[in-house]
Amino acid sequence: MPRDDGIGASVRRKEDFRFVTGQGSYTDDLNRHGQTYAAFVRSPHAHATLNSVNTSAAAAMDGVVAIFTGQDLLDAEVNGLPCGWQVHSKDGEPMVEPAHPALAQGKVRHVGDAVAVVIAETLSQARAAAEAVAVDYGMLPAVGNMTAAKAGKAQIFEEAPNNQCYDWEIGDEAEIDAAMAKATHVVELPLVNNRLIANPIEPRVAIGDYDTATGEHTLFTTSQNPHVIRLLMGAFVLGLPEHKLRVVAPDVGGGFGTKIFHYAEEAIVTWAAAKVRRPIKWTSDRSEAFMSDAHGRDHETVAKLGLDADGKFLALKVQTDANMGAYLSTFAPAVPTYLYATLLAGQYTTPLVYANVRAWFTNTVPVDAYRGAGRPEATYVIEQIVEEAARQIGMDPADLRAKNFISPDAVPYQTPVALEYDSGNYAGTLEMAKKAINYDGFAARQAASKAAGKLRGIGFSAYIEACGIAPSAVVGSLGARAGLYEVANVRVHPTGSVTMHTGTHSHGQGHETTFAQVVAERLGVPIENVDVVHGDTNNIPFGMGTYGSRSLAVGGSALAKALDKVEAKAKKIAAHLMEASDTDVEFKDGQFTIAGTDKSVSFGDVALTAYVPHNFPHDELEPGLEEQAFYDPANFTFPAGCHIAEVEIDPETGTVTLANFVAADDFGNIVNPMIVEGQVHGGIAQGVGQALLEGCVYDEDGQLVTGSYMDYAMPRADNLPNFTVDTQVTPCPHNPLGVKGCGEAGAIAAPAAVMNAVTGAMRAAGVTKPIDMPATPSEVWAALHAS
Amino acid sequence: MYEFNYQKAGSVADAAAKVAGADDGTLMAGGMTLIPTLKQRLAMPSDVVDIGQLADLQGISVAGGKVSIGSMTTHDTVANSADVKGAIPALAVLASGIGDPMVRNRGTMGGSVANNDPAADYPGAVLGLGATVVTDKREIAGDAFFTGMFETALDEGEIITRIDFPVPTKAAYTKFPNPASRYAIVGVFVAQTADGVRVAVTGAGGTAFRATEMEAALNANFSPSALDGISVSSDGLNKDIHASAEYRAHLIGVMAKRAVAACG
Ligand SMILES: Cc1cc2nc3c(=O)[nH]c(=O)nc-3n(C[C@H](O)[C@H](O)[C@H](O)COP(=O)(O)OP(=O)(O)OC[C@H]3O[C@@H](n4cnc5c(N)ncnc54)[C@H](O)[C@@H]3O)c2cc1C
Repeated sequence: MPRDDGIGASVRRKEDFRFVTGQGSYTDDLNRHGQTYAAFVRSPHAHATLNSVNTSAAAAMDGVVAIFTGQDLLDAEVNGLPCGWQVHSKDGEPMVEPAHPALAQGKVRHVGDAVAVVIAETLSQARAAAEAVAVDYGMLPAVGNMTAAKAGKAQIFEEAPNNQCYDWEIGDEAEIDAAMAKATHVVELPLVNNRLIANPIEPRVAIGDYDTATGEHTLFTTSQNPHVIRLLMGAFVLGLPEHKLRVVAPDVGGGFGTKIFHYAEEAIVTWAAAKVRRPIKWTSDRSEAFMSDAHGRDHETVAKLGLDADGKFLALKVQTDANMGAYLSTFAPAVPTYLYATLLAGQYTTPLVYANVRAWFTNTVPVDAYRGAGRPEATYVIEQIVEEAARQIGMDPADLRAKNFISPDAVPYQTPVALEYDSGNYAGTLEMAKKAINYDGFAARQAASKAAGKLRGIGFSAYIEACGIAPSAVVGSLGARAGLYEVANVRVHPTGSVTMHTGTHSHGQGHETTFAQVVAERLGVPIENVDVVHGDTNNIPFGMGTYGSRSLAVGGSALAKALDKVEAKAKKIAAHLMEASDTDVEFKDGQFTIAGTDKSVSFGDVALTAYVPHNFPHDELEPGLEEQAFYDPANFTFPAGCHIAEVEIDPETGTVTLANFVAADDFGNIVNPMIVEGQVHGGIAQGVGQALLEGCVYDEDGQLVTGSYMDYAMPRADNLPNFTVDTQVTPCPHNPLGVKGCGEAGAIAAPAAVMNAVTGAMRAAGVTKPIDMPATPSEVWAALHAS
Repeated sequence: MYEFNYQKAGSVADAAAKVAGADDGTLMAGGMTLIPTLKQRLAMPSDVVDIGQLADLQGISVAGGKVSIGSMTTHDTVANSADVKGAIPALAVLASGIGDPMVRNRGTMGGSVANNDPAADYPGAVLGLGATVVTDKREIAGDAFFTGMFETALDEGEIITRIDFPVPTKAAYTKFPNPASRYAIVGVFVAQTADGVRVAVTGAGGTAFRATEMEAALNANFSPSALDGISVSSDGLNKDIHASAEYRAHLIGVMAKRAVAACG
């Protein structure tokens, strides 16, 4: 019988007890002895020179401990924030990479750009003094969007005369144009991937602390990857060696990508704490989060798909403009290039793919990875244009997809855009999803809606993503300035309980349960005897953190390898105890046995022997039972699947109701089906949010119009139907657990599915012009009304 | 939030005196509008005088063809009141659609009406039912109460004590919510009253207003089709990222028809 706490079991999340009883320990719950509070002076203007920053009145106010400006950082030789990925333009030139000072120097470049920090005894005093800092801004024309950037409305950086960061390409343009010229059908589609604000429920918090006795700096921060922050901040910004810099990311309330990046506030509280010799806490409020957390997406694309007379895809050509915002956030340049264009083959055999991506600076908050990062953008382009092609050539959209799928026999499959798919069965998930939504019954449902005065549409999204980020050598050759392996340490205690350390970080994903299940399964110890530790650079050997659906695929693989080592050593100890050769030892359900004998020792006995080594093979082994493994993946993993959305539109008001949503996903092997289901639900909710509700709006002058929940619409439970989700398993062939990752799939697949359903419904009312996300009632009504 | 003195009023008269005696006093009802304003440092009162719990200002009574509601009655109380549901179900429906459960449990009718947010729901009912706003000083006809965006006929320091709603023959409220805030982009309150049909529109303009052309049409024929062909001008209507003035004008027509239909 399989274990009820091992691989494949829907174990309830161990961490939820502390979360649902309010006992989690988030960064803002931590308070250090003698703590002070930081408040930032932020620019209300999108683009201005800093003529002067006068802090004298503020410095004299009650409770003020210190005030620092950009000039102070310059004087102290604090560097700007680094960018972690260098992209080269098609002419071979490196991207324009302007300095990103932690506090503005000379100029402010977006609303919310930090100008000064006030440190005071209380938060209220810090805020009052921040208001009293007198800044003389010299107003400049501002670039509120990419159109203005291209038109050169203003120049944001001296080194980027046309506001361009890079002009990158993949594929051969001449070849694609030649193929396109021979196509029977050429479908062209302009698309906008709307700008989003991640909005994790916990806003960012940073506490800097400095131990004068040891010279150790500590940063407590709301991060998805504390080691990456230690590396970036220590090595690049502050010049602090690792052994004197500890970064702790305790319980974190959601990240969605926006907590990957190294932010100015982290560097400032760490640096300033040593200056003022007091701990400093900064807690973002929601308004501040809107204008200082990195935003997501913001692409404008024109895509062209060429098909032959039978509907076979011949060539896909994509031109994308990507908004970087005012500075390059940590991984920003990679998102619209290597995480996007390399996915443009999708699930299809399209032999030729070409993409040209131009990245632009604007006077807006930096844009970086947001749940899915590049892959939702790619899926949106492919799945929208495929749906459009089906409509234009009059083919069933499911049939057109199936006709062009890469077949399971063709895997491993080398796409024309660098990636090699390792596994998959796309027809399998398409069929599964069609069945789940009762595709055959759609016509009848559409007729019923019509009779009730409503428009009904159905939309597919057959997505593929590259997860398990990433083979270090590959990403290194593509410009990543880091390796993307993972680390696990398994510490077996003398009585057989286990503490597992992982370099990944859980901020909602349930690692404390999933990873413990892997240990329980492998070592035969009950799950309650396994604790998973993450989030502290002083406790964990190293790690690259959690994003890109990498934790189980990469971190879990490191864990499997560490468990291999534990098992190998334990077998040797067991062999010694049973006076046998370790090659004859079998290990199952926590018992070591010798085949054909009744000899047996338990895992607990072996653990105890390892730490009380009276009867121990000292000449062969060291005492103790603790193993560590680094794992660098051989390839990306390729979760894929098919999501189908069905919507109903009220033509009188333009309101889109999501009537049904089904997901059929292939995540490889699954450790905890309940957690996977939860991840898919959350991802779909976010994807539906992008499609129907969320849209970050800047005006022409770079003012953030959607600066609060009064104007930025988050998805709520009543916007969503019950989802039907199911999985198919084609295991990943190259990692030890056969897993692929599930965290982003919903957010990747859902927008295209929903929008295909919306445009399908509108087409029935004669609207052929595409509509952009979010498909709000007013946009839908306006489109219907115009036709 | 800037510092302020918090004072709890013992009675309506005490509240008036405390506000009058302060440098810059302000009343607080449920605090659902006031507290966010304070937290964002957009207001700096010297004193906040809390009237939210005053017993005199609570409660609902039905008598003489009127529903009288104490100004500090919460939205949740109105939404769930058997008296309101019995006499003017549309008013209970309106209250149940304000904000979320937290807001409904704290926010009050008096606070909402005094604040006169252009996108608030209650102004639709006050105007649509021809209610009377009763203060510590006088009675103000609903038609004369809402004078402009966030502006009312209230004098400085004047306290709303209750609102009297005449019981209509039929009434309904339909709201088209803002997808983000869920305040009204357009809300239409339609009532058949002893004095004829009233149609009040909230959310669409600077303040709630009556759609007189629709009233005339419905007086002649109280059915949704009576509104066919009546187009509301978009001149002067609100426009923002969520809705153009034209869209609001269109929605007034749609919501009005649906409200008439909902009157049964
Ligand atoms: C998240 C959220 C969602 C919301 N959604 C909606 C919605 O969908 N529809 C809607 O209509 N509203 C909505 N509101 C507003 C809500 O209805 C508030 O309750 C209302 O605006 C204010 O009522 P209050 O009792 O909280 O007043 P307070 O915030 O305490 O006071 C508001 C103002 O009225 C003054 N005031 C209070 N009582 C009196 C009185 N008796 N006499 C004179 N002046 C007085 C105060 O001085 C203050 O200036 C929402 C609010 C929030 C926070």
